[in-house]
Amino acid sequence: MSKVLMKGNEAIAESAIRHGCLHYFGYPITPQTEIAEYMAKRMPQVGGLCLQAESEISAINMVLGAASTGERVMTSSSSPGISLKGEGISYIVGSDLPCLIVNVQRGSPGLGSIQPSQQDYYQATKALGHGDSQVIVLAPSSVQELADHTGLAFDLGDRYRTPVMLLADGALGQMMEPVELAPEGEFKPIDKPWATTGHKNQRKHNIVNSLYIQPDELERTVIERYQRYAEIEKNEVRYEEYLTDDADVILVAYGITSRICRTAVGLARKKGIKAGLFRPITLWPYPKKELAAAAEKASRLLVVELNMGQMVDDVKVAINCSKPVGFFGRTGGMMPTPEDVLKAIEKDGGAV
Amino acid sequence: MIKSFLLAGFGGQGILFAGKQLAQCGMEKGFNVSWLPSYGPEMRGGTCNCSVNISDEEIGSPIVTSPNQLVVFNLPSFDKFEPALQPRGTMYVDSTLINKISWRDDISAYYVPATKLADDNDLAGGANVIMLGKIVAVTKLFTRDEFLDCMCSHIPASKAKLIENNKKAFDIGYSYK
Repeated sequence: MSKVLMKGNEAIAESAIRHGCLHYFGYPITPQTEIAEYMAKRMPQVGGLCLQAESEISAINMVLGAASTGERVMTSSSSPGISLKGEGISYIVGSDLPCLIVNVQRGSPGLGSIQPSQQDYYQATKALGHGDSQVIVLAPSSVQELADHTGLAFDLGDRYRTPVMLLADGALGQMMEPVELAPEGEFKPIDKPWATTGHKNQRKHNIVNSLYIQPDELERTVIERYQRYAEIEKNEVRYEEYLTDDADVILVAYGITSRICRTAVGLARKKGIKAGLFRPITLWPYPKKELAAAAEKASRLLVVELNMGQMVDDVKVAINCSKPVGFFGRTGGMMPTPEDVLKAIEKDGGAV
Repeated sequence: MIKSFLLAGFGGQGILFAGKQLAQCGMEKGFNVSWLPSYGPEMRGGTCNCSVNISDEEIGSPIVTSPNQLVVFNLPSFDKFEPALQPRGTMYVDSTLINKISWRDDISAYYVPATKLADDNDLAGGANVIMLGKIVAVTKLFTRDEFLDCMCSHIPASKAKLIENNKKAFDIGYSYK
């Protein structure tokens, strides 16, 4: 299979179809509308369904319904639209249903801007919906990874019966890069004995529900789900290191920002500064142990994000505040250049 | 080697198309490439630009803020981006639409009356491809045939009649002195 030049948003959509997702529910919003546009064109060709709902709230509840049948389903939106989905996402978590939720982040808060941002880090990793709930969060950094992580998200969702969020941004969604897609027609669905597909008087009813009037019963379901979260934390941490072995200063960045930082690391090395990069790929589960190990020999860390420093606390917790953690970021849809990051590396001496 | 292109002009001049051809050919020649359009407020105001990186190394930021190859199709873009061009960079100017020359002595500039050449040759809307011809001739990123084969193979069947026009336009730019 050769590479094709594709927009990030389109790569997500095509990859989803190739990984067996035949049900897409969405509502347009820049900078991710190409996902819905692509789905509208492609789904009829593959016998799937693309439905533009009347709102984001409606779309996420359609995902809840469709996921109950065990089918691979997805929705996508951008920051303000994801906020609207919050209630539905919590219901999906409470119902133990797998699905893919894509957030192509834009400047916030409020209606904000339509430019790239990473301002939904807290929302995605801490409280995408209400209650004791968590979703797996993947942070791809290239069009190739958008495609790969889309497939990974469906697999992880099915394996752990949980929604998975693909956390991208406007730049990744809008840019074109070469991408090698998964082959067509090779998806094999796994058995989902919990799916509500009709019992035909052959088995007990399957019930998908997130309402438990008896608190002790609800507590049991939450505890069981947290045991699964523990499994996810044990098995599914993903990260990447670049020149951290001898690094004096370790940059910590994810998504599009990690690429800017990678270039900045190169610029710093040319100036004799031993810089390295640690890139969390799963933002939840966070690569805590791995970051702590990487940071052991470094004298300081520098978090770089397209927000006001939302990941800083996770980094401090991961390394148990053993090293100074600095921060550099742009926000509201602004992007730093590698030279901006280099300046931050040179300037930053201490903690935030 | 990294060629970082910023192509800028008005909407409708084929800026994004031209950028995409460079990225597509770069990919097919085995380079790492990225293409990023402006999709923000500037696009909604009628101006348009796109960033293209073609590199034999991994590409960091896809956004080109200080290009080494600047391609401009209108005066606002000339004024805005000329100062951002890297020293020893190259500038391609549609001199039909931009009645101005660069006073920078640390860059190379090529003035191609692409819009007029398109009109004179009955190639309306072909200024972008004429400029691509000049870019390929100057950068030598691709041979003429490599570029034309790649570009023509991606013109959809419904627009097949455009292939000859595109080749003609490309050659006008490629041989323009």
